[in-house]
Amino acid sequence: MELLASILKNLPDAVSLGLVWGIMAIGVYITFKVLDIADMTVDGTFAMGGCIVASTVASGWNPIFSTLFAILCGMAAGLVTGILHTKLKIPAILAGILTMLSLYSVDLMILGGKSNIGMSQFGENRVYTILDKLAAALGTTAKTTNIITGIVLAVVIVMGLYWFFGTEQGCLIRATGINEAMVKAQGGNTDTMKIIGLIIANGFVSLSGALVSQIQRYGDVGMGTGTIVIGLASIIIGEVIFGTKCSFKVRLASVFFGSIIYRVIIAIVLLLGFNPNNLKLLTAVLVIAALSVPVIRGYIFERKRIRANMKKYEEVETDAGA
Amino acid sequence: MLVLKDVCKTFNRGSANEKVALQGIDLTVKEGDFITVIGGNGAGKSTMLNMISGAFPVDSGLVKIGGENVTNQPEHVRAKRIGRVFQDPMKGTAGDMWIEENLAIAMRRGKRRSLRWGVTKDERELYKKLLAPFDLGLEDRLQTKVSLLSGGQRQALTLLMATVQKPDILLLDEHTAALDPKTAAKVLAMTDELIKEHNLTAIMVTHNMKDAIKYGNRLIMMMNGKIIYDVSGEEKAALEVSDLLKKFEVSTGEEFANDRMLLV
Ligand SMILES: Nc1ncnc2c1ncn2[C@@H]1O[C@H](COP(=O)(O)OP(=O)(O)O)[C@@H](O)[C@H]1O
Ligand SMILES: [Mg+2]
Repeated sequence: MELLASILKNLPDAVSLGLVWGIMAIGVYITFKVLDIADMTVDGTFAMGGCIVASTVASGWNPIFSTLFAILCGMAAGLVTGILHTKLKIPAILAGILTMLSLYSVDLMILGGKSNIGMSQFGENRVYTILDKLAAALGTTAKTTNIITGIVLAVVIVMGLYWFFGTEQGCLIRATGINEAMVKAQGGNTDTMKIIGLIIANGFVSLSGALVSQIQRYGDVGMGTGTIVIGLASIIIGEVIFGTKCSFKVRLASVFFGSIIYRVIIAIVLLLGFNPNNLKLLTAVLVIAALSVPVIRGYIFERKRIRANMKKYEEVETDAGA
Repeated sequence: MLVLKDVCKTFNRGSANEKVALQGIDLTVKEGDFITVIGGNGAGKSTMLNMISGAFPVDSGLVKIGGENVTNQPEHVRAKRIGRVFQDPMKGTAGDMWIEENLAIAMRRGKRRSLRWGVTKDERELYKKLLAPFDLGLEDRLQTKVSLLSGGQRQALTLLMATVQKPDILLLDEHTAALDPKTAAKVLAMTDELIKEHNLTAIMVTHNMKDAIKYGNRLIMMMNGKIIYDVSGEEKAALEVSDLLKKFEVSTGEEFANDRMLLV
Protein backbone atom coordinates (compact mmCIF):
# COMPACT_ATOMS: atom_id res chain seq x y z
CA MET A 1 0.00 0.00 0.00
CA GLU A 2 2.80 2.28 0.95
CA LEU A 3 4.57 1.21 -2.24
CA LEU A 4 1.52 1.98 -4.33
CA ALA A 5 1.29 5.40 -2.78
CA SER A 6 4.89 6.20 -3.52
CA ILE A 7 4.50 4.90 -7.08
CA LEU A 8 1.54 7.23 -7.57
CA LYS A 9 3.53 10.04 -6.07
CA ASN A 10 6.35 9.43 -8.56
CA LEU A 11 4.05 8.93 -11.53
CA PRO A 12 3.90 12.58 -12.73
CA ASP A 13 7.68 12.83 -12.79
CA ALA A 14 7.98 9.52 -14.63
CA VAL A 15 5.44 10.71 -17.21
CA SER A 16 7.08 14.05 -17.89
CA LEU A 17 10.51 12.39 -18.01
CA GLY A 18 9.11 9.76 -20.37
CA LEU A 19 7.77 12.45 -22.69
CA VAL A 20 11.15 14.20 -22.83
CA TRP A 21 13.09 10.94 -23.38
CA GLY A 22 10.45 10.03 -25.95
CA ILE A 23 11.78 12.79 -28.19
CA MET A 24 15.07 10.88 -28.27
CA ALA A 25 13.22 7.62 -28.95
CA ILE A 26 11.50 9.28 -31.90
CA GLY A 27 14.94 10.08 -33.29
CA VAL A 28 15.95 6.44 -32.93
CA TYR A 29 12.66 5.44 -34.57
CA ILE A 30 13.47 7.57 -37.63
CA THR A 31 16.86 5.95 -38.17
CA PHE A 32 16.19 2.43 -36.93
CA LYS A 33 12.66 1.86 -38.20
CA VAL A 34 12.16 4.30 -41.07
CA LEU A 35 15.66 4.32 -42.57
CA ASP A 36 16.62 0.83 -41.37
CA ILE A 37 19.97 2.13 -40.06
CA ALA A 38 21.30 1.36 -36.58
CA ASP A 39 22.63 4.85 -35.85
CA MET A 40 25.05 4.79 -32.92
CA THR A 41 25.60 8.54 -33.19
CA VAL A 42 22.68 9.10 -30.81
CA ASP A 43 24.67 8.12 -27.72
CA GLY A 44 27.04 10.99 -28.49
CA THR A 45 24.37 13.40 -29.70
CA PHE A 46 22.28 13.00 -26.57
CA ALA A 47 25.23 13.81 -24.31
CA MET A 48 26.25 16.68 -26.57
CA GLY A 49 22.78 18.22 -26.32
CA GLY A 50 23.05 18.07 -22.53
CA CYS A 51 26.59 19.41 -22.39
CA ILE A 52 25.90 22.30 -24.77
CA VAL A 53 22.96 23.44 -22.71
CA ALA A 54 24.83 23.06 -19.41
CA SER A 55 27.82 25.04 -20.60
CA THR A 56 26.01 27.78 -22.52
CA VAL A 57 23.41 28.31 -19.82
CA ALA A 58 26.24 28.46 -17.28
CA SER A 59 27.81 31.21 -19.33
CA GLY A 60 24.59 33.17 -19.26
CA TRP A 61 22.75 32.23 -22.47
CA ASN A 62 19.00 32.32 -22.63
CA PRO A 63 18.01 28.66 -22.06
CA ILE A 64 15.72 28.69 -25.08
CA PHE A 65 18.58 29.79 -27.33
CA SER A 66 20.80 27.17 -25.74
CA THR A 67 18.26 24.50 -26.49
CA LEU A 68 17.85 25.63 -30.11
CA PHE A 69 21.62 25.72 -30.48
CA ALA A 70 21.82 22.18 -29.12
CA ILE A 71 19.32 21.05 -31.78
CA LEU A 72 21.44 22.59 -34.54
CA CYS A 73 24.60 20.91 -33.25
CA GLY A 74 22.79 17.58 -33.07
CA MET A 75 21.72 17.98 -36.68
CA ALA A 76 25.34 18.69 -37.60
CA ALA A 77 26.38 15.44 -35.89
CA GLY A 78 23.78 13.59 -37.98
CA LEU A 79 25.18 15.24 -41.09
CA VAL A 80 28.69 14.04 -40.23
CA THR A 81 27.53 10.44 -39.76
CA GLY A 82 25.50 10.69 -42.96
CA ILE A 83 28.50 11.84 -44.97
CA LEU A 84 30.78 9.20 -43.43
CA HIS A 85 28.25 6.53 -44.32
CA THR A 86 27.05 7.58 -47.77
CA LYS A 87 29.97 9.44 -49.29
CA LEU A 88 32.89 7.64 -47.66
CA LYS A 89 31.06 4.28 -47.73
CA ILE A 90 31.78 3.51 -44.08
CA PRO A 91 29.26 0.95 -42.76
CA ALA A 92 26.44 2.75 -40.94
CA ILE A 93 27.17 1.29 -37.50
CA LEU A 94 30.86 2.15 -37.67
CA ALA A 95 30.11 5.63 -39.03
CA GLY A 96 27.86 6.25 -36.04
CA ILE A 97 30.42 4.90 -33.58
CA LEU A 98 33.13 7.13 -35.06
CA THR A 99 30.98 10.24 -34.71
CA MET A 100 29.92 9.19 -31.22
CA LEU A 101 33.55 8.75 -30.19
CA SER A 102 34.53 12.13 -31.62
CA LEU A 103 31.65 13.76 -29.81
CA TYR A 104 33.05 12.57 -26.49
CA SER A 105 36.08 14.79 -27.01
CA VAL A 106 33.88 17.58 -28.33
CA ASP A 107 31.76 17.35 -25.16
CA LEU A 108 34.86 17.65 -22.98
CA MET A 109 35.81 20.75 -24.95
CA ILE A 110 32.32 22.17 -24.55
CA LEU A 111 32.50 21.64 -20.79
CA GLY A 112 35.92 23.28 -20.71
CA GLY A 113 37.80 20.13 -19.84
CA LYS A 114 35.51 19.09 -17.01
CA SER A 115 33.44 15.95 -17.27
CA ASN A 116 30.28 17.60 -15.98
CA ILE A 117 28.73 20.93 -15.13
CA GLY A 118 25.97 21.46 -12.62
CA MET A 119 23.43 24.08 -13.52
CA SER A 120 22.15 24.66 -10.03
CA GLN A 121 25.01 26.95 -9.19
CA PHE A 122 24.04 29.20 -12.08
CA GLY A 123 20.67 30.14 -10.76
CA GLU A 124 17.33 29.07 -12.01
CA ASN A 125 18.11 29.70 -15.62
CA ARG A 126 16.40 26.77 -17.35
CA VAL A 127 13.57 26.24 -19.80
CA TYR A 128 11.85 24.61 -16.87
CA THR A 129 12.11 27.69 -14.67
CA ILE A 130 10.25 29.55 -17.37
CA LEU A 131 7.62 26.83 -17.19
CA ASP A 132 7.57 27.07 -13.39
CA LYS A 133 6.86 30.79 -13.63
CA LEU A 134 4.12 30.02 -16.13
CA ALA A 135 2.68 27.50 -13.71
CA ALA A 136 2.70 30.04 -10.91
CA ALA A 137 0.96 32.58 -13.13
CA LEU A 138 -1.68 30.05 -14.14
CA GLY A 139 -2.09 28.83 -10.60
CA THR A 140 -1.14 25.23 -11.37
CA THR A 141 1.78 23.20 -10.14
CA ALA A 142 5.10 22.89 -11.91
CA LYS A 143 4.45 19.17 -12.33
CA THR A 144 1.26 19.81 -14.27
CA THR A 145 2.86 22.35 -16.59
CA ASN A 146 5.79 20.02 -17.21
CA ILE A 147 3.47 17.23 -18.25
CA ILE A 148 1.27 19.50 -20.34
CA THR A 149 4.30 21.01 -22.08
CA GLY A 150 5.64 17.51 -22.69
CA ILE A 151 2.35 16.39 -24.19
CA VAL A 152 2.10 19.50 -26.39
CA LEU A 153 5.66 18.95 -27.60
CA ALA A 154 4.98 15.26 -28.27
CA VAL A 155 1.79 16.01 -30.21
CA VAL A 156 3.53 18.69 -32.27
CA ILE A 157 6.39 16.31 -33.06
CA VAL A 158 4.08 13.41 -33.97
CA MET A 159 1.91 15.60 -36.21
CA GLY A 160 4.97 17.30 -37.73
CA LEU A 161 6.64 14.01 -38.57
CA TYR A 162 3.40 12.53 -39.85
CA TRP A 163 3.12 15.48 -42.18
CA PHE A 164 6.78 15.37 -43.24
CA PHE A 165 6.83 11.68 -44.01
CA GLY A 166 3.65 12.13 -46.02
CA THR A 167 5.19 14.74 -48.32
CA GLU A 168 6.86 13.93 -51.63
CA GLN A 169 10.26 14.24 -49.99
CA GLY A 170 9.24 12.26 -46.91
CA CYS A 171 7.73 9.43 -48.96
CA LEU A 172 11.05 9.05 -50.72
CA ILE A 173 12.92 8.84 -47.40
CA ARG A 174 10.56 6.10 -46.23
CA ALA A 175 10.99 4.25 -49.52
CA THR A 176 14.79 4.49 -49.12
CA GLY A 177 14.55 2.54 -45.87
CA ILE A 178 12.51 -0.15 -47.61
CA ASN A 179 14.00 -0.57 -51.09
CA GLU A 180 16.96 1.46 -52.30
CA ALA A 181 16.93 -0.08 -55.78
CA MET A 182 13.39 1.15 -56.29
CA VAL A 183 14.22 4.67 -55.14
CA LYS A 184 17.20 4.90 -57.46
CA ALA A 185 15.16 3.58 -60.37
CA GLN A 186 12.58 6.30 -59.64
CA GLY A 187 15.19 9.02 -59.69
CA GLY A 188 15.71 9.44 -55.96
CA ASN A 189 19.13 10.13 -54.45
CA THR A 190 19.30 7.56 -51.65
CA ASP A 191 22.43 9.16 -50.16
CA THR A 192 20.63 12.46 -49.72
CA MET A 193 17.59 10.72 -48.25
CA LYS A 194 19.71 8.96 -45.63
CA ILE A 195 21.56 12.15 -44.76
CA ILE A 196 18.30 14.08 -44.31
CA GLY A 197 16.93 11.30 -42.10
CA LEU A 198 20.06 11.23 -39.94
CA ILE A 199 20.04 15.03 -39.58
CA ILE A 200 16.41 15.12 -38.43
CA ALA A 201 16.85 12.15 -36.09
CA ASN A 202 19.91 13.56 -34.36
CA GLY A 203 18.26 16.97 -34.04
CA PHE A 204 15.54 15.30 -31.98
CA VAL A 205 18.03 13.30 -29.92
CA SER A 206 20.00 16.43 -29.10
CA LEU A 207 16.83 18.30 -28.12
CA SER A 208 15.97 15.45 -25.79
CA GLY A 209 19.43 15.53 -24.21
CA ALA A 210 19.18 19.30 -23.83
CA LEU A 211 15.86 19.04 -21.98
CA VAL A 212 16.94 16.11 -19.83
CA SER A 213 20.02 17.99 -18.65
CA GLN A 214 17.80 20.91 -17.67
CA ILE A 215 15.57 18.59 -15.66
CA GLN A 216 18.58 16.99 -13.98
CA ARG A 217 20.26 20.38 -13.60
CA TYR A 218 23.57 19.15 -14.95
CA GLY A 219 25.25 18.06 -18.11
CA ASP A 220 27.66 15.13 -18.13
CA VAL A 221 29.89 13.72 -20.89
CA GLY A 222 28.73 10.24 -19.91
CA MET A 223 25.00 10.94 -19.89
CA GLY A 224 24.50 9.46 -23.37
CA THR A 225 25.76 5.95 -22.68
CA GLY A 226 23.16 3.43 -23.79
CA THR A 227 20.83 6.05 -25.25
CA ILE A 228 20.17 3.99 -28.37
CA VAL A 229 19.20 0.97 -26.27
CA ILE A 230 16.78 3.05 -24.20
CA GLY A 231 15.33 4.34 -27.48
CA LEU A 232 14.93 0.80 -28.78
CA ALA A 233 13.34 -0.30 -25.51
CA SER A 234 10.78 2.51 -25.83
CA ILE A 235 10.02 1.59 -29.44
CA ILE A 236 9.64 -2.09 -28.53
CA ILE A 237 7.37 -1.40 -25.56
CA GLY A 238 5.25 0.79 -27.86
CA GLU A 239 5.06 -2.01 -30.39
CA VAL A 240 4.07 -4.55 -27.77
CA ILE A 241 1.16 -2.35 -26.73
CA PHE A 242 -0.03 -0.98 -30.07
CA GLY A 243 1.20 -3.68 -32.45
CA THR A 244 2.98 -3.01 -35.71
CA LYS A 245 -0.03 -2.93 -37.98
CA CYS A 246 -1.49 0.43 -36.97
CA SER A 247 -1.17 3.65 -38.93
CA PHE A 248 2.01 5.69 -39.05
CA LYS A 249 0.57 8.38 -36.79
CA VAL A 250 -0.26 5.84 -34.10
CA ARG A 251 3.15 4.20 -34.47
CA LEU A 252 4.87 7.54 -33.85
CA ALA A 253 2.66 8.19 -30.83
CA SER A 254 3.32 4.67 -29.56
CA VAL A 255 7.02 5.55 -29.26
CA PHE A 256 6.12 8.25 -26.71
CA PHE A 257 3.84 5.87 -24.84
CA GLY A 258 6.61 3.28 -24.85
CA SER A 259 9.02 5.83 -23.44
CA ILE A 260 6.61 6.82 -20.68
CA ILE A 261 5.98 3.20 -19.73
CA TYR A 262 9.72 2.57 -19.71
CA ARG A 263 10.16 5.42 -17.20
CA VAL A 264 7.31 4.11 -15.07
CA ILE A 265 8.87 0.63 -15.06
CA ILE A 266 12.21 2.14 -14.03
CA ALA A 267 10.55 4.16 -11.27
CA ILE A 268 8.79 1.07 -9.92
CA VAL A 269 11.91 -1.06 -10.08
CA LEU A 270 13.86 1.60 -8.19
CA LEU A 271 11.14 1.89 -5.55
CA LEU A 272 11.34 -1.87 -5.11
CA GLY A 273 14.92 -1.37 -4.04
CA PHE A 274 16.70 -2.22 -7.30
CA ASN A 275 20.28 -1.02 -7.40
CA PRO A 276 20.35 1.95 -9.87
CA ASN A 277 23.78 0.79 -11.05
CA ASN A 278 22.09 -2.21 -12.67
CA LEU A 279 19.53 -0.20 -14.66
CA LYS A 280 21.47 -0.32 -17.92
CA LEU A 281 21.82 -4.08 -17.58
CA LEU A 282 18.09 -4.35 -16.99
CA THR A 283 17.35 -2.22 -20.06
CA ALA A 284 19.66 -4.30 -22.23
CA VAL A 285 18.04 -7.52 -21.01
CA LEU A 286 14.62 -6.06 -21.74
CA VAL A 287 15.60 -5.25 -25.33
CA ILE A 288 17.29 -8.61 -25.83
CA ALA A 289 14.20 -10.40 -24.52
CA ALA A 290 11.90 -8.43 -26.81
CA LEU A 291 14.10 -8.95 -29.87
CA SER A 292 14.45 -12.67 -29.21
CA VAL A 293 10.73 -13.43 -28.83
CA PRO A 294 10.07 -13.93 -32.56
CA VAL A 295 13.28 -15.96 -32.95
CA ILE A 296 12.44 -18.25 -30.05
CA ARG A 297 8.92 -18.62 -31.35
CA GLY A 298 10.46 -19.68 -34.67
CA TYR A 299 12.66 -22.30 -32.95
CA ILE A 300 9.69 -23.77 -31.12
CA PHE A 301 7.66 -23.90 -34.30
CA GLU A 302 10.54 -25.56 -36.15
CA ARG A 303 11.03 -28.17 -33.40
CA LYS A 304 7.34 -29.04 -33.51
CA ARG A 305 7.45 -29.41 -37.27
CA ILE A 306 10.52 -31.67 -37.16
CA ARG A 307 9.01 -33.83 -34.46
CA ALA A 308 5.70 -34.16 -36.29
CA ASN A 309 7.51 -35.04 -39.48
CA MET A 310 9.73 -37.69 -37.79
CA LYS A 311 6.80 -39.17 -35.96
CA LYS A 312 5.21 -40.11 -39.26
CA TYR A 313 8.25 -42.18 -40.20
CA GLU A 314 8.61 -43.80 -36.78
CA GLU A 315 5.13 -45.18 -37.21
CA VAL A 316 5.94 -46.47 -40.66
CA GLU A 317 9.07 -48.20 -39.36
CA THR A 318 7.31 -49.89 -36.46
CA ASP A 319 4.61 -51.00 -38.86
CA ALA A 320 7.22 -52.56 -41.10
CA GLY A 321 8.98 -54.16 -38.11
CA ALA A 322 5.73 -55.73 -36.98
CA MET B 1 16.83 7.38 -78.90
CA LEU B 2 19.61 5.27 -77.42
CA VAL B 3 23.19 4.85 -78.57
CA LEU B 4 25.81 2.51 -77.11
CA LYS B 5 29.28 2.93 -78.58
CA ASP B 6 32.00 0.38 -77.86
CA VAL B 7 30.78 -0.20 -74.30
CA CYS B 8 33.07 -2.49 -72.31
CA LYS B 9 32.72 -3.82 -68.77
CA THR B 10 34.88 -6.20 -66.77
CA PHE B 11 33.96 -7.11 -63.20
CA ASN B 12 36.65 -7.63 -60.53
CA ARG B 13 39.41 -6.66 -62.92
CA GLY B 14 42.81 -7.99 -61.92
CA SER B 15 41.48 -10.46 -59.36
CA ALA B 16 41.03 -14.21 -59.62
CA ASN B 17 37.29 -13.70 -60.27
CA GLU B 18 37.83 -11.38 -63.19
CA LYS B 19 34.75 -11.58 -65.42
CA VAL B 20 34.57 -9.94 -68.79
CA ALA B 21 30.87 -9.07 -69.06
CA LEU B 22 30.75 -6.80 -72.11
CA GLN B 23 33.35 -6.47 -74.85
CA GLY B 24 32.55 -3.64 -77.18
CA ILE B 25 28.79 -3.29 -77.46
CA ASP B 26 27.60 -1.10 -80.33
CA LEU B 27 23.87 -0.54 -80.49
CA THR B 28 21.65 2.17 -81.91
CA VAL B 29 18.01 2.09 -80.91
CA LYS B 30 15.53 4.15 -82.91
CA GLU B 31 12.53 5.84 -81.38
CA GLY B 32 9.66 3.36 -81.14
CA ASP B 33 11.89 0.30 -81.42
CA PHE B 34 10.87 -2.67 -79.30
CA ILE B 35 13.93 -4.89 -79.07
CA THR B 36 13.95 -8.37 -77.59
CA VAL B 37 17.29 -9.69 -76.30
CA ILE B 38 18.21 -13.35 -75.97
CA GLY B 39 21.42 -15.14 -75.02
CA GLY B 40 22.75 -17.77 -72.67
CA ASN B 41 23.38 -17.38 -68.98
CA GLY B 42 26.13 -14.87 -68.35
CA ALA B 43 26.06 -13.54 -71.91
CA GLY B 44 25.97 -9.98 -70.57
CA LYS B 45 22.31 -9.13 -71.15
CA SER B 46 21.69 -7.77 -67.65
CA THR B 47 25.03 -5.99 -67.64
CA MET B 48 24.12 -4.22 -70.88
CA LEU B 49 20.89 -2.94 -69.31
CA ASN B 50 22.82 -1.93 -66.18
CA MET B 51 25.21 0.11 -68.32
CA ILE B 52 22.23 1.92 -69.84
CA SER B 53 20.57 2.56 -66.46
CA GLY B 54 23.84 3.48 -64.77
CA ALA B 55 23.62 0.86 -62.02
CA PHE B 56 27.36 0.35 -62.67
CA PRO B 57 29.70 2.71 -64.51
CA VAL B 58 31.11 1.62 -67.89
CA ASP B 59 34.82 0.82 -68.11
CA SER B 60 34.98 2.47 -71.51
CA GLY B 61 32.62 3.51 -74.25
CA LEU B 62 29.74 5.91 -74.63
CA VAL B 63 26.07 5.86 -73.61
CA LYS B 64 23.65 8.39 -75.10
CA ILE B 65 19.95 8.56 -74.35
CA GLY B 66 17.64 10.93 -76.21
CA GLY B 67 20.63 12.75 -77.63
CA GLU B 68 22.24 13.40 -74.24
CA ASN B 69 25.54 11.86 -73.22
CA VAL B 70 24.70 10.12 -69.95
CA THR B 71 27.86 8.00 -69.70
CA ASN B 72 28.98 9.67 -66.47
CA GLN B 73 25.58 10.51 -65.06
CA PRO B 74 24.70 8.78 -61.79
CA GLU B 75 21.88 6.24 -61.83
CA HIS B 76 19.30 8.42 -60.07
CA VAL B 77 19.91 11.37 -62.41
CA ARG B 78 19.46 9.49 -65.66
CA ALA B 79 16.49 7.65 -64.13
CA LYS B 80 14.31 10.51 -65.39
CA ARG B 81 14.76 9.10 -68.90
CA ILE B 82 14.45 5.42 -68.03
CA GLY B 83 11.68 3.08 -66.94
CA ARG B 84 12.81 -0.20 -65.44
CA VAL B 85 11.25 -3.51 -64.47
CA PHE B 86 13.51 -6.07 -62.80
CA GLN B 87 13.42 -9.85 -62.76
CA ASP B 88 12.75 -9.88 -59.01
CA PRO B 89 9.18 -8.67 -58.38
CA MET B 90 10.34 -7.38 -54.94
CA LYS B 91 12.93 -5.06 -56.44
CA GLY B 92 10.71 -2.62 -58.29
CA THR B 93 8.36 -1.60 -55.47
CA ALA B 94 8.53 -0.57 -51.81
CA GLY B 95 6.69 -3.41 -50.08
CA ASP B 96 5.93 -1.62 -46.84
CA MET B 97 4.19 1.28 -48.60
CA TRP B 98 0.77 1.62 -50.18
CA ILE B 99 0.07 1.05 -53.87
CA GLU B 100 -0.78 4.73 -54.32
CA GLU B 101 2.40 5.86 -52.54
CA ASN B 102 4.50 3.69 -54.84
CA LEU B 103 2.73 5.09 -57.88
CA ALA B 104 3.08 8.65 -56.57
CA ILE B 105 6.84 8.20 -56.20
CA ALA B 106 6.99 6.94 -59.79
CA MET B 107 4.76 9.79 -60.97
CA ARG B 108 7.45 12.21 -59.76
CA ARG B 109 10.36 10.50 -61.48
CA GLY B 110 12.64 13.18 -62.85
CA LYS B 111 10.84 15.94 -60.96
CA ARG B 112 11.95 17.83 -57.87
CA ARG B 113 10.42 16.35 -54.72
CA SER B 114 8.87 19.15 -52.72
CA LEU B 115 7.18 19.37 -49.34
CA ARG B 116 3.78 19.14 -50.93
CA TRP B 117 1.61 16.22 -49.87
CA GLY B 118 2.88 12.98 -51.43
CA VAL B 119 -0.36 11.77 -53.04
CA THR B 120 -3.06 14.17 -54.23
CA LYS B 121 -6.76 13.46 -54.73
CA ASP B 122 -6.63 13.99 -58.50
CA GLU B 123 -3.78 11.54 -58.75
CA ARG B 124 -5.77 8.92 -56.94
CA GLU B 125 -8.46 9.10 -59.62
CA LEU B 126 -5.80 8.83 -62.30
CA TYR B 127 -4.26 5.75 -60.66
CA LYS B 128 -7.64 4.08 -60.47
CA LYS B 129 -8.11 4.68 -64.17
CA LEU B 130 -4.64 3.39 -65.01
CA LEU B 131 -4.93 0.26 -62.86
CA ALA B 132 -8.40 -0.75 -64.00
CA PRO B 133 -7.40 -2.18 -67.42
CA PHE B 134 -5.00 -4.62 -65.70
CA ASP B 135 -8.09 -6.36 -64.36
CA LEU B 136 -6.35 -7.31 -61.09
CA GLY B 137 -8.69 -5.46 -58.77
CA LEU B 138 -5.84 -3.16 -57.71
CA GLU B 139 -7.84 -0.02 -58.52
CA ASP B 140 -9.94 -0.62 -55.41
CA ARG B 141 -6.94 -1.31 -53.20
CA LEU B 142 -4.92 1.90 -53.55
CA GLN B 143 -4.27 1.98 -49.80
CA THR B 144 -3.11 -1.61 -49.57
CA LYS B 145 0.51 -2.35 -48.76
CA VAL B 146 2.35 -3.66 -51.79
CA SER B 147 3.84 -6.49 -49.70
CA LEU B 148 0.37 -8.07 -49.63
CA LEU B 149 0.30 -8.42 -53.43
CA SER B 150 1.32 -11.49 -55.44
CA GLY B 151 4.45 -11.49 -57.60
CA GLY B 152 2.40 -10.98 -60.73
CA GLN B 153 0.49 -8.07 -59.23
CA ARG B 154 3.72 -6.47 -58.07
CA GLN B 155 5.24 -6.85 -61.51
CA ALA B 156 2.15 -5.30 -63.11
CA LEU B 157 2.42 -2.41 -60.67
CA THR B 158 6.14 -2.00 -61.40
CA LEU B 159 5.32 -1.94 -65.10
CA LEU B 160 2.84 0.86 -64.54
CA MET B 161 5.36 2.69 -62.35
CA ALA B 162 7.98 2.42 -65.09
CA THR B 163 5.68 3.94 -67.68
CA VAL B 164 3.44 6.38 -65.77
CA GLN B 165 5.99 9.06 -66.65
CA LYS B 166 6.73 8.27 -70.28
CA PRO B 167 10.38 7.14 -70.35
CA ASP B 168 12.74 7.67 -73.27
CA ILE B 169 13.53 4.02 -72.92
CA LEU B 170 11.91 1.12 -71.07
CA LEU B 171 14.26 -1.60 -69.82
CA LEU B 172 12.76 -5.01 -68.99
CA ASP B 173 15.16 -7.62 -67.61
CA GLU B 174 13.46 -11.04 -67.70
CA HIS B 175 10.61 -9.36 -65.88
CA THR B 176 8.32 -12.38 -66.21
CA ALA B 177 10.89 -15.07 -65.38
CA ALA B 178 9.92 -15.31 -61.71
CA LEU B 179 6.20 -15.69 -62.44
CA ASP B 180 4.16 -18.80 -63.14
CA PRO B 181 3.54 -19.38 -66.88
CA LYS B 182 -0.02 -18.12 -66.90
CA THR B 183 0.77 -14.91 -64.99
CA ALA B 184 3.92 -14.46 -67.06
CA ALA B 185 1.90 -14.56 -70.26
CA LYS B 186 -0.55 -12.03 -68.86
CA VAL B 187 2.14 -9.60 -67.72
CA LEU B 188 3.88 -9.95 -71.07
CA ALA B 189 0.67 -9.16 -72.93
CA MET B 190 0.19 -6.10 -70.72
CA THR B 191 3.74 -5.04 -71.46
CA ASP B 192 3.16 -5.28 -75.17
CA GLU B 193 -0.07 -3.31 -74.89
CA LEU B 194 1.52 -0.52 -72.86
CA ILE B 195 4.42 -0.25 -75.28
CA LYS B 196 2.06 -0.03 -78.26
CA GLU B 197 -0.37 2.34 -76.56
CA HIS B 198 2.26 4.87 -75.55
CA ASN B 199 4.55 4.17 -78.50
CA LEU B 200 7.44 3.43 -76.12
CA THR B 201 10.99 2.54 -77.01
CA ALA B 202 11.84 -0.66 -75.17
CA ILE B 203 14.50 -3.32 -74.65
CA MET B 204 13.24 -6.61 -73.25
CA VAL B 205 15.53 -9.42 -72.13
CA THR B 206 13.86 -12.82 -72.21
CA HIS B 207 15.01 -16.42 -72.09
CA ASN B 208 11.97 -17.56 -74.02
CA MET B 209 12.76 -17.65 -77.75
CA LYS B 210 9.11 -17.85 -78.74
CA ASP B 211 8.38 -14.63 -76.87
CA ALA B 212 11.50 -13.03 -78.33
CA ILE B 213 10.14 -13.75 -81.78
CA LYS B 214 6.52 -12.97 -81.04
CA TYR B 215 7.11 -9.53 -79.51
CA GLY B 216 8.93 -6.49 -80.78
CA ASN B 217 10.25 -5.37 -84.12
CA ARG B 218 13.90 -6.22 -83.60
CA LEU B 219 15.79 -9.12 -82.02
CA ILE B 220 19.33 -9.23 -80.62
CA MET B 221 21.28 -12.30 -79.62
CA MET B 222 24.19 -11.92 -77.22
CA MET B 223 27.07 -14.19 -76.35
CA ASN B 224 30.23 -13.66 -74.31
CA GLY B 225 29.55 -9.97 -73.93
CA LYS B 226 29.01 -9.35 -77.63
CA ILE B 227 26.03 -8.87 -79.89
CA ILE B 228 26.29 -11.76 -82.33
CA TYR B 229 23.01 -11.40 -84.17
CA ASP B 230 20.74 -8.45 -84.85
CA VAL B 231 17.62 -8.70 -87.02
CA SER B 232 14.64 -6.46 -87.52
CA GLY B 233 11.61 -5.83 -89.70
CA GLU B 234 10.44 -8.50 -92.15
CA GLU B 235 13.37 -10.74 -91.45
CA LYS B 236 12.63 -10.72 -87.72
CA ALA B 237 8.94 -11.34 -88.32
CA ALA B 238 9.76 -14.42 -90.39
CA LEU B 239 12.09 -15.93 -87.75
CA GLU B 240 11.48 -19.41 -86.37
CA VAL B 241 12.86 -20.86 -83.17
CA SER B 242 14.88 -23.32 -85.23
CA ASP B 243 16.58 -20.40 -86.99
CA LEU B 244 17.70 -19.01 -83.66
CA LEU B 245 18.99 -22.39 -82.50
CA LYS B 246 20.94 -22.80 -85.72
CA LYS B 247 22.36 -19.33 -85.36
CA PHE B 248 23.45 -20.18 -81.88
CA GLU B 249 25.15 -23.42 -82.94
CA VAL B 250 27.04 -21.70 -85.73
CA SER B 251 28.35 -19.09 -83.30
CA THR B 252 29.45 -21.50 -80.63
CA GLY B 253 30.37 -24.39 -82.87
CA GLU B 254 28.62 -26.72 -80.49
CA GLU B 255 25.22 -28.22 -79.89
CA PHE B 256 22.80 -25.96 -78.17
CA ALA B 257 22.74 -27.20 -74.63
CA ASN B 258 21.60 -24.38 -72.43
CA ASP B 259 18.41 -25.57 -70.78
CA ARG B 260 17.45 -22.06 -69.75
CA MET B 261 17.14 -21.07 -73.37
CA LEU B 262 14.98 -24.00 -74.34
CA LEU B 263 11.50 -23.08 -75.45
CA VAL B 264 8.79 -23.16 -72.88
N1 LIG C 1 27.87 -7.27 -60.00
C1 LIG C 1 28.66 -8.20 -60.58
N2 LIG C 1 29.84 -8.54 -60.01
C2 LIG C 1 30.63 -9.46 -60.58
N3 LIG C 1 30.36 -10.10 -61.72
C3 LIG C 1 29.20 -9.82 -62.35
C4 LIG C 1 28.29 -8.85 -61.81
N4 LIG C 1 27.23 -8.76 -62.63
C5 LIG C 1 27.47 -9.64 -63.64
N5 LIG C 1 28.64 -10.27 -63.49
C6 LIG C 1 29.24 -11.25 -64.39
O1 LIG C 1 29.20 -10.73 -65.69
C7 LIG C 1 28.81 -11.72 -66.64
C8 LIG C 1 27.55 -11.28 -67.36
O2 LIG C 1 26.47 -11.33 -66.43
P1 LIG C 1 25.00 -10.88 -66.80
O3 LIG C 1 25.05 -9.62 -67.55
O4 LIG C 1 24.23 -10.89 -65.54
O5 LIG C 1 24.52 -12.05 -67.74
P2 LIG C 1 23.05 -12.40 -68.25
O6 LIG C 1 22.10 -11.40 -67.74
O7 LIG C 1 23.17 -12.41 -69.74
O8 LIG C 1 22.76 -13.77 -67.75
C9 LIG C 1 28.61 -13.00 -65.86
O9 LIG C 1 29.80 -13.76 -65.99
C10 LIG C 1 28.43 -12.54 -64.43
O10 LIG C 1 28.94 -13.49 -63.54
MG1 LIG D 1 20.42 -11.54 -66.41
